[in-house]
Order: sequence, then C-alpha cells, then structure tokens
Amino acid sequence: MSGPRAQAGSIRRVSGPIVEAVGMASAQAYEVVRVGPQALIGEVIKLAGDVATIQVYEYTGGLRPGDGVQRTGAALSLVLAPGLLGSIFDGIQRPLSMLAEQTGAFLKPGVVADALDVARKWRFVPRVRPDQELRAGEAFGVVQETRAIEHRLLVPPGVEGKVSTVEPEGEYAITDVLCVMDGEAGPAELTMIQRWPVRRPRPFRRRRASTQVLVTGQRVIDTFFPIARGGTAAVPGDFGTGKTILQHQFAKWSDADVVVYVGCGERGNEMTDILRSFPELEDPHTGRSLMERTVLIANTSNMPVAAREVSIYTGITIAEYYRDMGYAVALMADSTSRWAEALREASSRLEEMPAEEGFPAYLAARLAQFYERAGLVETLGGDEGSITVVGAVSPPGGDFSEPVTQHTTRFVRCFWALDPDLAHARHYPAISWLDSYSEYVGDVADWWARFNPDWSAQREEMMNLLAEEDRLQQIVRLVGPDVLPDAQRLVLLVADMFKTGFLQQDAGDEVDTYCAPRKQELLLKGFVDFLRGTRRIIAQGAPIARVRQLPIIQDLLRARSVIPNDDEEALDGLLGRLADQLDELAREYS
Amino acid sequence: MIQDSPVQYVGVDRVEEPLIFVSGVHGVGYDETVEVLDPQGNARPGTVLEVNGQTAVVQVLGGTIGLSNTGTRVRFHGRPLSVCVSEDMLGRAFDGLGRPIDGGPAPFGGELRDVNGVPINPAARTYPSEFIQTGISIIDGSNSLIRGQKLPIFSGSGMPHDRLAAQIVRQATLPGQEASFAVILAGMGIKNDEVEFFRHSFESAGVLGKVALFLSLADAPSVERVQTPRTALTLAEYLAVDKDMHVLVILTDMTNYCDALREISSARDEIPARKGYPGHLYSDLAAIYERAGRIEGSEGSITLMPILTMPSDDISHPVPDLTGYITEGEIVCDRSLFRQGIYPPVSALLSLSRLMKDGVGAGATREDHMDISNQLYAAYSRVDSVRGLASVIGEEELSPMDRQVLEFGDAFEKQYVNQGEDENRSVEQTLDIAWRVAGILPRSELARLSDELLDRYYRRESERERPDAEGNE
Repeated sequence: MSGPRAQAGSIRRVSGPIVEAVGMASAQAYEVVRVGPQALIGEVIKLAGDVATIQVYEYTGGLRPGDGVQRTGAALSLVLAPGLLGSIFDGIQRPLSMLAEQTGAFLKPGVVADALDVARKWRFVPRVRPDQELRAGEAFGVVQETRAIEHRLLVPPGVEGKVSTVEPEGEYAITDVLCVMDGEAGPAELTMIQRWPVRRPRPFRRRRASTQVLVTGQRVIDTFFPIARGGTAAVPGDFGTGKTILQHQFAKWSDADVVVYVGCGERGNEMTDILRSFPELEDPHTGRSLMERTVLIANTSNMPVAAREVSIYTGITIAEYYRDMGYAVALMADSTSRWAEALREASSRLEEMPAEEGFPAYLAARLAQFYERAGLVETLGGDEGSITVVGAVSPPGGDFSEPVTQHTTRFVRCFWALDPDLAHARHYPAISWLDSYSEYVGDVADWWARFNPDWSAQREEMMNLLAEEDRLQQIVRLVGPDVLPDAQRLVLLVADMFKTGFLQQDAGDEVDTYCAPRKQELLLKGFVDFLRGTRRIIAQGAPIARVRQLPIIQDLLRARSVIPNDDEEALDGLLGRLADQLDELAREYS
Repeated sequence: MIQDSPVQYVGVDRVEEPLIFVSGVHGVGYDETVEVLDPQGNARPGTVLEVNGQTAVVQVLGGTIGLSNTGTRVRFHGRPLSVCVSEDMLGRAFDGLGRPIDGGPAPFGGELRDVNGVPINPAARTYPSEFIQTGISIIDGSNSLIRGQKLPIFSGSGMPHDRLAAQIVRQATLPGQEASFAVILAGMGIKNDEVEFFRHSFESAGVLGKVALFLSLADAPSVERVQTPRTALTLAEYLAVDKDMHVLVILTDMTNYCDALREISSARDEIPARKGYPGHLYSDLAAIYERAGRIEGSEGSITLMPILTMPSDDISHPVPDLTGYITEGEIVCDRSLFRQGIYPPVSALLSLSRLMKDGVGAGATREDHMDISNQLYAAYSRVDSVRGLASVIGEEELSPMDRQVLEFGDAFEKQYVNQGEDENRSVEQTLDIAWRVAGILPRSELARLSDELLDRYYRRESERERPDAEGNE
C-alpha cells in the first residue's frame, strides 16, 4: 500500500450520500477519500474529466461546495489480523464495541478508530527458520486467536523469497515486524497484519468440487435441501417468514470453523441479539463459545446506506482471509435485498438509466461477483478451505418474480423458499418442501450414505409422499377427507405426522434447536419404516382408525425434542418399538 | 431558538411545490435548515435537499403557496433542522416542527437537538425483553408487546385502529410495576376529529398530562408531515436516554407520511421504485423506526407503535411491506372480522411479535405462554380450510373432528379475540381463556403442548358441560 498522498480536490455538489468534487483528475476509481472538515470516509465511484463522484459512508449533512477532499491513494481495504473473531464491525470495519465505549451509544459522523486493537499482545509461535524458502499463502507463524481457532499468519499474496530473520516465540502486537523475507523485489517485512482491498477477491490455487455436507443441524435442510461446503444458497421470504431466525440458526449450529455474519440493512436489535446470545452458546462441534468463531458485520437499516453497499464485500473479504488459512467458513448475509437497494439508491442519485424496478442494469453482475467468491478451493498454501454463502432475500410483497430474487436464483444452487402460509401456522422453519430445491443433493448423497446406504431412496420416498399429499389436499378442500380410500387417508396422516415430527423444528427448544446428522437419519428412517409398514397393513385390509391408535405415533412426534442428539440407544429403542407395534398389527390382519 | 446571524438571499430561480431553487449561494451546506420569507415577510422553515455549485434546492416545510421568484427571501442557518426539547413538552400540543399550537407559550429552556437524530450503535443496544401488559388478549396472549419494541398496527380505512391504539395507551402497564409511560403521539395528515378522539380518550383516562402531541393536520402543508415523526422521536430520545423515562410513541398514519415523501421525491424528479414511491423509502422508514429501543447505560426505553392504513387493505402495498421488514412484527386488522363486529378485529394468523419469545414464559408471564400461543396458532390455521370445506359440502357432512375445529374457530374469535374497549384483561385471564378455547379440541390434537402442560392446564370442554343455545344444561 502506498502512503497517503494528500492532494486536495474540492466539493461541487452534495446530494445525500453522493458528492461530486472537482480537481480530482489523478484520482483512481474506488480510491478512498476523506471528505470535508470532518474527514468523512468516502470512495470514488466514477471519474469524468477532473470531476470525481464520491460515495460517502457517513451522514453528509453540513457539507458545502468548496469544502476540501483529501485523497488517500489506496482503495478501501481491510485490516486483517488476529482480533477479528468475536468482534463486531460496521460496513467499513470500524469496531462498534470499541466505539460504543469511546463515543457513547450513538454513532456520530467522522469518528475514526483502529479496526483492531494495536496495543494488545498476542503469543506468536514461529513456524519457519532463517534461509527457508517461503511462498505466498504459506504460514510463517501462528497465533492462538481464540481457544477454538488458531490464526495462521500467512505470507501475503505476491510476496515470496527466503526468510532472512524471524522473531522468536513471544508476545507481540499486530504491528510488530515478525519476519523479514528477501525476495526478488527486495526485502519484505511481515507483521501480523495483511491489508486487502475489499472489492478484489483474494487469490487461491484452484477450485475443487465439493462432496461434503455443511451440516446445519436443521433437518429440512440437511436431509431435504442440503448445502455442500463451499456452496451457495438463497433464502427468499416475505417479512415474518423467519429468514432471520433461520440465518441465526445457521450461524449457531453449522459445522463451519469460522462464521461471518453480515447484518446488512436489517434491524439493530437482531445484531444485539447475536451479541447477547452467542457468547453464552456452545458450539456443538468444538464445545467452545460460539462467539469465539464468529465475526459480525453490522450495518443496520438506519446506518448510512453507502456503507451498507460495501458491508457485503467487507464480510466476504474476511471470510476469504480465514479460508486461506485452510478453514471452512460460512457467511450469512441478511439481507441481500437491502444491499441491492443500496445499489439502487446510489444509482438513482447518479442519475443512471434504470433497468427493472429502478435497479441498475449491473445488479445481476454484482450479485454474480458476490456469490462467485464462495467455493471450496485449494489455497495458495496448498490447504483446503471453503466459503459457504447463504444470502437472505426480502422480496417486496413476497413476490418471487422481482429482480433481486430472480437474479439471485441464477447464481445460487440452493433455494430455500419460505412460505408465508407455513409461517402463519407457526410451522418453522417455514421452508416450503414443494418450492425449494438443492442442486447439491446428488453431490452429497455419498456423504449421507456413510450413515445410511438407503438414504437417497428414503429421502425420495418422503418427498413423493409430500407431493402426493399436496395433490390429495386439493381434493380434500373440495369434498372432505372422508370420501378418500384408506390408502390415501394414510398418505394424509403420515404426511401430517412428518411435518410435525420432522420438518418442523423448534429453534427455542434446547434439544430440538440442533439435530445431529445421525439423529436426522434415524428419525427419517423411523418415518419411512412407519409409512412402509402401515401401507402394507392397510393393503391387508386394516382400517385407518387402527393405524391412528398406534401408541408409537406420539413417541415418533415427540422424539425430536425428547431424545437428545447423543442418545442413540433411545433412538434405536424407538425404532425397535415401532417395528414391534407394526408387526403386531400386521399379524392381526394377515 | 438560537439565532446565529444567518446569511440572507433575495429572490429565487424556480418555485415548484414543495421546492424552491436558489442560485448564487455560497457556503450553503447539505441538509441545513433554512428560513424562507414570503413577500409579506412571514417566515416558513425549510431544509436543503441538494447543493450543486451555487444552486441550492430547498424543501419548504410550510408549502410554497404565495412565494414569488422575486419577492422571496431565503436565510440559511448553517445547521441542521433542530427542535428544542424539554420535559415541559409533556401535556402540550405542537405542530410538526415543534411549535406550540395549543395557545400556550413555547416551553421554557430545554435543549436544541437535530431532528434527524444519529443512528444507535447496535453494539450499545440492550435487547428488549420486558413484557408490557396491554390488557388485550390477542396482543398479550399471542403477539406480546415488549418494552423497546417497534410493533405497528396495519389497518384499513374505517377500521378501529385509533380506538385500539388509545386502549393500549390507557391500559399499558408492566405487570407488578407502577411505572407508567410518557406518551408521544405524532399525527401525520391526521383529521381534526381524530385529534379530538385521542385527546378526549387520554383526558378521560387521566393521562393527558403525560402526553405530548405533534400534529400535522390533514389540512396543514403536506411537507410538514415528513418532519413530524422526526420531531416527535427527537423528544422521545431526549426523555428516554437523558431522562430515563419509558416512552410510548404512536405514529399515525404512516401511509400519509409516505405519500408526502413520494410527493417530494416526484417534485425532485427522482426515479421511482414501486408505485411511485422513492427507492430510498426503506432507508427513510428505517431511520424513523430504528430510533426505538433501549440502550445500555440508560433506564429508559422507546416503544414504537406506528399505525398505517393499507390502501385497499393490501398488505403487499409498499408502505406496509417495507414497514413489516423493519419493525419487529405487526398487528394486522382484518376486514372480515371487523364486519362480524369483533373488536379488536385483529387477524391472528397475519399478526406476529418477533420479540415475544424473549419476553414471556416462566418468570415473566407464565410458563405455558409461548406453547399455548403456538398451539392456538397451529389449530386456528386449520379453521379457514374447514370453513371452506363446510361451505362446499355443508356443515352436516363434516367429520366430527372438523366440526370441532369449526367450533374452536368460532370460540377463538368470539371469546379470545373479541373483548370490550374498556375491558382490561390480566395476562392470567388471557391465558385462561386461551386454555378454555383450546379445550374444545381433544387432547390428542394438541401436539404442540407437552404432557406436563396439558396435565396442568388442559380441561376438555365437552359438549354436555357447556350450555347450548337455549341455555339448558
């Protein structure tokens, strides 16, 4: 990064967050500038002659024509170093907790603070010796950032050569020089910090195909619409359908090593909720506090809209940084629609020609660029790292034909459609089993088959049951269920049981909130066994009323919240009793 | 107000309601406050919407009627639009800019505050979790209001949203605590008789002394509406953060507010998004709604109840739609319940309180609260389809189970939802009614409730125990 070259332009026009300045002929596109007497942070988004159009990330009230604009010579970059985990930042990486302590509860414009604590000492353990050859992406040392995550200090992209000196193990600040390398381009001094421009994807060696499920602990997702590590998913849903709770559930229970949660144009209290609850919650995979693996980016709906646009990139750049260390990272963006609206707002103030519904024509390209930064890759250091992206979409009026939803579906491979009717009936998660899909089902079938060789067939059997139930419901609405033959009434019964006992999941229930893959698989088997067994019995002539009376039904329905994840014995016992009761009834009618 | 020797310009370039374009200006800042003097010398306030070189676009809050290109004088104040706030404002009535309209003098002293406020740092918020008892079953039982929550009422023209809001103001308490609320009512495009209704209702409940009214009447200049909620919330923030008070803010009617915003946007030739509303409507509404909440280090709170009328009862209209995406739930009024004479005509299925789960249950209300509420929702969601079926094949043809569902639906609406305008039910009473209604269904149908809760609270309401239509046992 080149040092700041203070070179002044001057403001000509101010309209909301968009400022035009003259005397900016040498400015670069996407360079960071400091605007006006308060030195507000802005970014050059358009250049024409010596006029630069600047998007300002803070409230611009009081700016006037003639006020100065300082160039910094650098693109908007993040400070990447130990201390990111457990922190909450705004869209341009200002540390919100620290600001709250220093400047009070309200975010005043123009405040500056170091993104990370430069005074804090970290225990550095070198991993190289002098004269060792090092390439970009290889670790020269490590720092135990939290109990859960070892922070690998990597040689930044573009740097390679021979280690000339390296500091011994000890306590260092992130700004201390720890390792000096001699390369063709001259010596390079490495600290714990890497700076990286947010809009540029970090490099890796190559992409790999993913065959491993990112376990979310949510049955309807892992079993029916699974997402692979490095995959992309969209959660579209009208307000009140539970997008945010679902995103919180992913952030809590998915088996990623690191979680980056971007609250983009959403409610302030939702971020507070995470800040309050995550430190108390335990990661079921490592037993550590969830906050130790989480980075929060909060640009709530009332914070400056331009910073909302960049918050998504801030989030994914941090995700890439941990991916490069060889971690599986999951990024939740809530909500990409608010991000798209920030684009629209800026575009409208720039008086660009709008495409659909006022959105700029480059909306689709920007969405694609964002989702393409997900993936399972071989890092520069040769490790395997991944970023899984889950983006919430908030379609106006719940209409999925609007531009953001439509463009998003082109770039994601998982679509978890939220159904307002399910939400109104308090069926959560309100993921529609008819409208949702996952293109990863085939990719991850082998992963599931390790638990249960019959998994694909069982999954399909239950999907067919649900589709058939939907068809039968259309008849039932017209004539009532009584005219249906028992075999079809059985479909209604089992589908109903399956919805209550499997598809529904109670985020507030201590046991049910996370369902381990093994439990998911056994529960699925339970319902499939029940369906297959009762179908046979009905075919033998037993009335549906006898099936309804089976006591196992209540056990099956309550198993999700009664039987803990690790109690395999109880699950096996349930399946055993199920088989016994079915056999008994079958004998009666054979 | 502090006078800070403003710069004055004579004559403007263009007058286009509600904007004026002033050229030849120097040192004018974006969003600063302006005083526009008409040829007769009467002042009206305004704000700078855009500065471009030596031209300033000014939004005139008093409307542009009577302004001329040559005779208009404009004074720029060099600071954002501000209002003087103090505790003395409770018990008084003001216009949308904070000027008294009740004939009294301007409140003495106080602090000058920027009406736009400053965003709350999300890391400095306290998560709201204290249950407010409104005495209304469908709210307390199924869509609980939490201190510091923003919970709007979605209504339609002619429906009793005002009466519902007034009842909430009269009855809202924290169970077991005496502390009551200061109330701030911001009326945007509100009609004179609505103002009278609220005033009378607060007066008869004896709370008028704790109420501040900010009114931009339906016949007042429409652009004043855009400032009204901001002025009201500036006072609310002062009372909650600086004076540790609990404030309940009612904004009515947000649809009028949004229409005023659309008017200004269209006068500025902005590219519209849906239905002509500006693309920044979401951010604009968020800047208002997100001022609700609680912050660390302050005892006070701002609980926000915006009221909006859905044009043609359409919940997908941009105003309710964007509101619903920002607020923490919504209370939705339903035309068909209203026609049946049910008060409050709140649609259970469409309504939601997102913060309810954190404010109810053992220790706060009662252990069974969340579960019985979810069970009622699940059961009531079946009622519509059974009613549809009954209208096709006739009630007689329904299975016994379906008939019970029908009976449950009627009881839910008539006993649980329906209540008197002055009926103040405790949360225990509400939950007891909930269990009585649930008792119409057989125990095996109540899959959302644990055996433990069922053993404690469930009583089967069998046909025989209840009096029939003739009152015979």
